[in-house]
Amino acid sequence: MRAKKEIIIGILIALPSIIAIAIFVYGFIFWTVRVSMSNWNSFSALIRGQYHFVGLRNYIRLFQDDRFITDLWNTLFFTLFFLLGSIALGLILAVLVDTGLKGSQLFQNIYLFPMAVAFVVTGTVWGWIFAPGIIPNDPQGVNLLFKQLGLEKLIWGWYTSTDHIGTFNLALIPVIIAAVWQMSGYTMAMYLAGLRSIPQDIEEAARVDGASSWQVFWRIKFPLLKPITFSALIILGHISLKIFDLVFAMTGSGPNFVTDMPSIYMFELTFRSNRYARGSAIAIIMLLMVAVVIIPYLVSSMKEEVRR
Amino acid sequence: MRKFLFSVLLVGVLILSTVAIAKENALEIFSWWTGGGEEEGLQALFKLFHKYYPDVKIINAAVAGGAGTNAKAVLKTRMLGGNPPDSFQVHAGMELIDTYVIPGMMEPITWILKDMGALDKFPKAILDICSYKGEVYSIPVNVHRANVVFYNKRIASEIGMEEPPQTWHQFVYYLRKAHEKGYVGLALGDKNKWTSLHLFESLMLAELGPEAYNGLWKNKTSFNNTGIKRALEIMKEMLQYVNSDHAAMTWQDAVRLVFEGKALATVMGDWAEGYLKTLGWKPGVEFGWFAVPGTQDAFMVVSDTFGLPKGAPHRENAIRWLKLIASVEAQDIFNPIKGSIPARLDADKSKYDVYLKWSMNDFATKYLTPSIIHGSAAPESFATALMDAINSFVSTRNVDKTFKEIIMIAEDNGYLTK
Repeated sequence: MRAKKEIIIGILIALPSIIAIAIFVYGFIFWTVRVSMSNWNSFSALIRGQYHFVGLRNYIRLFQDDRFITDLWNTLFFTLFFLLGSIALGLILAVLVDTGLKGSQLFQNIYLFPMAVAFVVTGTVWGWIFAPGIIPNDPQGVNLLFKQLGLEKLIWGWYTSTDHIGTFNLALIPVIIAAVWQMSGYTMAMYLAGLRSIPQDIEEAARVDGASSWQVFWRIKFPLLKPITFSALIILGHISLKIFDLVFAMTGSGPNFVTDMPSIYMFELTFRSNRYARGSAIAIIMLLMVAVVIIPYLVSSMKEEVRR
Repeated sequence: MRKFLFSVLLVGVLILSTVAIAKENALEIFSWWTGGGEEEGLQALFKLFHKYYPDVKIINAAVAGGAGTNAKAVLKTRMLGGNPPDSFQVHAGMELIDTYVIPGMMEPITWILKDMGALDKFPKAILDICSYKGEVYSIPVNVHRANVVFYNKRIASEIGMEEPPQTWHQFVYYLRKAHEKGYVGLALGDKNKWTSLHLFESLMLAELGPEAYNGLWKNKTSFNNTGIKRALEIMKEMLQYVNSDHAAMTWQDAVRLVFEGKALATVMGDWAEGYLKTLGWKPGVEFGWFAVPGTQDAFMVVSDTFGLPKGAPHRENAIRWLKLIASVEAQDIFNPIKGSIPARLDADKSKYDVYLKWSMNDFATKYLTPSIIHGSAAPESFATALMDAINSFVSTRNVDKTFKEIIMIAEDNGYLTK
């Protein structure tokens, strides 16, 4: 009897947030799907509010659109290199800080600091750093540094370059650097927490068995950090698939859309072109991309809960 | 329980107070004038309004963000939600007509101008841009000219450009000379994309001529036109003399290249004149200007206007505001501060600098043509799609492909393409 009462109270307490989430998250997702299959591609169509179902036409138009295809490739490569960079750098920094050398506390804070800066600020500042200037006479930023160091070979157009390898636009490199700079400290903090939660005796036992520090790391610590790597991939992955502010502030769409992202195109279609239906279609495609990343995570964490 | 009653009471008070604000004798003006010069101009208008109607409380609902990109999104949300401001800033032309007038959200205001006897004080062409089916829907406060070249006089004399070039051929010749001397020929900053269309629409105007250009928007000229193709070809030629880092720069950065003596010239609207003046240059001394070659007989209009939305909470005050800004007095207070020219032809020329006087003369005598990128000529969906096509063109420089794209975009928006 008592247990039943507890369940009712529990539901009552959760009810307001359940209702709020049902309306403001799932309700609006449903609404966006509905808009994405409508003919609301001008302000007057939206005002009139007459709903004409057009099926997947808005989606088909997007996949015929060169700009949107470029956006998808850009997101793919940006996400790939951003994840690799943040994970690798975060892990290296965490291991260095974890050695407990003198001053590691200070460096830990310094590495974590970029995370406290807004993406807009990061984007603006790195935008200045990688602004190429007029090549070759009047280089700026990093290019000026290279010139003064005598490294003229390294001077190039950075995010104004339209060079590409296959479908990878090289102009994304400076954007990836800025994003890694911002988020690798956060990844480090996650790994650090993981490293510190590994019981000391496991490491000691391994050392007694004659394992080198390298073996201790690769064979023992790294496998134990797997759940951390997994969480980091999920968190960074959903940031990078939805990235807007960093790119918008740093480079914008770029020449011939070399640094354009789906979120920027969504914003411009919706609020500049009044093509609400097509903008909603991009929103849904982005939601599906994030779902591909998030759902396996949810499933696995649910399984773990059941196991407990 | 007591807490619950208290919070209900609090919510009630909040609702009542918002209702009270709506009933108050107020005037809410929505704009994107938050930058240097324009904000001071707006404040001066408010001061003038206050002089005549001291009891009215003015609410300044300005939203910051370049060329109103953020403000426009906020405004659309408010209009959709049935919560319009009393009057709002909007570019003359399709930005108002296509978005708000055709769906029936605006009141016609021809009668205000008639009452004031001001209907013939504005150039007919500009009132035409603000009209739909014979009724005027917004009052133009200021006018900027978009088809202007600003140049560095020191570099110009160094390369022997004594007279402003009259044709593209001559202009390109000087661009090449500047290039040979190690300068940038034409400064461009298209990080925000719109500046390359700003340049291209001037080229379109030059190659089509004002009459055919205006015909594009009245379905009298076809987009399938060799003039547009020639404009692309000229643009391709000019791009050789543009600074290589244009994609990392804004229009201000491009103007600075001229100011710092690194570039000969830049094509920009005459807000660049205001910017050069804030940098400390005097018009006609350190920098010169001329209409974009081939467009000498045309004036590409960028005009800010105010309209009257249906259901404005303080309609009476909104009408007073519109009457005020349509007056010579208000236009002559606002424009010298903002660095633009008045839309009225009977303004006092002595209040304006040497550049603005030149512009005022041209405004009164030349063909007025609506700008695409600044919202006057075509719906926003056309302008942004064309902007994307030109943005690609700047990198790919593929004339045939872009020409086809332009025709497709025009067809999409119901323009003549046969």
